[in-house]
Amino acid sequence: MDRDGGRLTLRPGPWLIAVPLVFLGLFYLYPLTRIIIRSLTLQGGLDLSPFLEIAAKGSLRRAAWFTLWQAAASTLLTLLFALPGAYVVARYRFPGRNFIRAAVTVPFVLPTVVTGAAYLALLGPDGPLGVDLRGTAWAILAAHVFFNYAVVVRIVGSFWELLDPRLEEAARALGANRLRAFRTVTLPLLAPSIYAASSIIFLFTFTSFGVVLILGGFGYATLEVAIWQEAVIHLDLAAAAALSVAQLAGVSAALAVYSRFQKRHARRLRLHPGGTARPPDSPGKKLAVGAVLASIILYLGGPIGALLWRSFQTGEGGPGLGNYLNLFRGAAKFADPPAAMANSLWFAAAAGAGALAVGLAAAVVIARLPGKTGPRLDSLLMLPLGTSAVTIGFGFLVAFDRPVDLRASAWLIPLAHAVVAVPFVIRTVTPVLRSVRANLWEAAATLGAAPRRVFREIDLPIIRRAALVGAGFACAVSLGEFGATAFLVRPDRPTIPTAIFRLLGQPGAVTMGQAMALSVVLMVITTALIMLIEGRRAGNLGDF
Amino acid sequence: MRRTFISASVLALLFAACGGAESGPDEGPQTIRLITHGSFSISDEVWEEFQAETGHTVQLLVSDDAGTMVSQAILSKDNPVSDVMFGVDNTFLGRALDEDLFEEYVSPYLVNVPDSLKLDTRATPIDFGDVCVNYDKAGLAARGLFPPRALRDLTRPEYRGLLAVQHPGTSSPGLAFLLATVAAFGEDGDYTWRDFWAELADNDTAVASGWEQAYYEMFSGGSGAGDRPLVVSYASSPPAEVIFSDPRPETAPTGVMEAGCFRQIEFAGVMNGTPVPNAARSLIDFMLGLTFQEDIPLNMFVFPAHEGAALPPEFVEHVSIPSDPAGLAPETIDGNRSRWIEEWIETAGG
Repeated sequence: MDRDGGRLTLRPGPWLIAVPLVFLGLFYLYPLTRIIIRSLTLQGGLDLSPFLEIAAKGSLRRAAWFTLWQAAASTLLTLLFALPGAYVVARYRFPGRNFIRAAVTVPFVLPTVVTGAAYLALLGPDGPLGVDLRGTAWAILAAHVFFNYAVVVRIVGSFWELLDPRLEEAARALGANRLRAFRTVTLPLLAPSIYAASSIIFLFTFTSFGVVLILGGFGYATLEVAIWQEAVIHLDLAAAAALSVAQLAGVSAALAVYSRFQKRHARRLRLHPGGTARPPDSPGKKLAVGAVLASIILYLGGPIGALLWRSFQTGEGGPGLGNYLNLFRGAAKFADPPAAMANSLWFAAAAGAGALAVGLAAAVVIARLPGKTGPRLDSLLMLPLGTSAVTIGFGFLVAFDRPVDLRASAWLIPLAHAVVAVPFVIRTVTPVLRSVRANLWEAAATLGAAPRRVFREIDLPIIRRAALVGAGFACAVSLGEFGATAFLVRPDRPTIPTAIFRLLGQPGAVTMGQAMALSVVLMVITTALIMLIEGRRAGNLGDF
Repeated sequence: MRRTFISASVLALLFAACGGAESGPDEGPQTIRLITHGSFSISDEVWEEFQAETGHTVQLLVSDDAGTMVSQAILSKDNPVSDVMFGVDNTFLGRALDEDLFEEYVSPYLVNVPDSLKLDTRATPIDFGDVCVNYDKAGLAARGLFPPRALRDLTRPEYRGLLAVQHPGTSSPGLAFLLATVAAFGEDGDYTWRDFWAELADNDTAVASGWEQAYYEMFSGGSGAGDRPLVVSYASSPPAEVIFSDPRPETAPTGVMEAGCFRQIEFAGVMNGTPVPNAARSLIDFMLGLTFQEDIPLNMFVFPAHEGAALPPEFVEHVSIPSDPAGLAPETIDGNRSRWIEEWIETAGG
């Protein structure tokens, strides 16, 4: 695609370039800079004491160590559990295959507080398994495997599906046994996609917040939780800032690894574009496929089933709608679920609209800027995706106190959500926009259409669907966002996730029941939104 | 269209940030925003009486625990969320005072409050409660043990594996009990509070993240479903056991060890910069009045600060107010709180 011909008339105007840059600068880079400055300076001068302080503090050293090992363990466990699933979905055709593929994605898009609540229902004191794993690392690891399962199935599985099976067959024909053929042929070919999936999972679990906060008790804190505790509970902003910087370093390392393997992963091998899945043809294979599928359904369905089951358990013994009705009866005045729902919906609408506006402008700029400038801008705008939400929330808190104090503004939370969500819009819209053929632009420009008109008449109809999908994603992100919100929420404006968290933290079976019911409400809203989006697009979630 | 949206949101932001800061004349009926912690509870009729008396309405904002409430109030003190704060206790009062969260206000009704509860002119004591070790009468009897009578008793081998405490970093009674031990054993000398906790840990003491878990899941007495007959709780827990049992027992199934208690005093304060200082002060006055004070015990299971407030019979019958609870100055607590918690984690695990 050579679009040099249309360059003069179609290069995006300075206004359009300014929108994403100003947004990113003001609401992402500026808060981050303030955190870094805050961590390095105390009372004016350069002062590294916050770093020395956190290094000397046993509980924070433990948090750093726990963050590392649980992320590594979660990654390994997820691979262990999900690779068989990825294999079965990639290589075999069976009834309900598309459903399984969609179903594994559900945990991935569930808000973290819902995952936390579901695991509390499953592994808590009254859970169906009869064990109480609250406050153990096991509960955290299990929840991490649950929501990262889709990453492996989507990234490794979709690559595996395209891998030519004849390579392995050739090795077998040359006398290698099944294991050896897998180890020496398939595994090396899969390796880049496994590394890419691993670094994504490592990144997600390294920055895990809601799940750890809900399931970890006092015994386990990730850096993310420690930042929140230091800032919001202990009010030690310098320590929180130093921790954020340490967190940023860890995240950047994981991201660097990811982008390296992402590039390798993109290298085209001998691929079967049509897919290589076949029905299982022997009883043994049928049994194996059946067993793997059963384990997927059990593993992913268990926590969600426990959550649903618990949400219908009322104090009086029998199942009923009591918990749901209680949400509207004012029985939980301290969390105010109806207000939380109203707030969450308008925050999501505002964040979605904001992210769409910024993301669209950015996508147009990225797709139309000549040479390497577009891709460079693209990676710049992806930064918020890799930054922990807690860091963004904390940044807002320390940055927007002067010259105007925005911290009391109702717009602060939707703004933070928009920062987190913009990359999703860009990711969805840019590829579609790039696919718009340059000669359409040229033709329009030659016929005398102004750039704005070209956008309206040519780009917009083509990308309308992608834009809707992107906006939908942004809304879903906002609805479930917890890390940044935990910093910015004020008692008079709760969101659904913060209300769930607060209900979970309160004593008594009544509030626990309401927390479960509200989690189900959030789960249904989010899942419906995602299903709507998934129905509208052909691709999959494999591209982050 | 996009441009319009952006400029509109920027404008909206600026307006949202500037609006609401100006304070009008503080006369006539007002809405008072009262922020408090999750355990706050008072009867509806009491609020109705306040409205009938003063014309003001109260909008209740519920934050998490006292510590988080104070921290968040400090982080947003240029744009206070509330006009009055209730429920900051002496373990976090120092932080609030340090940051000038409250306006000075000395209510005329403070004459009814004993001097021992008055710590600063910017914070009005409303109620108090004592954090003490509770014991399960039947559980100890079944083991042939007498109730412990002093903190040091808890480290003796016969009480091994019997006590449940709360983590001081995540639980308010847990912090209060840690402070009781700091006050009792001190930081220097042959036997410091750390020595005591090291012995407690060796004696297989269980640590819960919050009061609920310790009391309902680890403690064996009363409504507890666990197997440990000793737990850190409140001096007012035994009457609660009586009141919430059906049928009501003659005597409480649990008792209180009267040594090694820590007195938590809960304060209310007028937020600095509130647009309705007069109404806020009238709320503080009302909180010290008999209607509010006498409603406190059965709602929050703590004692009213007003010396003349009548106590419900269950309180008179089943509670003993510890004669000599430990107290530490708010500024001492504030200056050492996080260090003590950190050292506690090192010593007692966590």
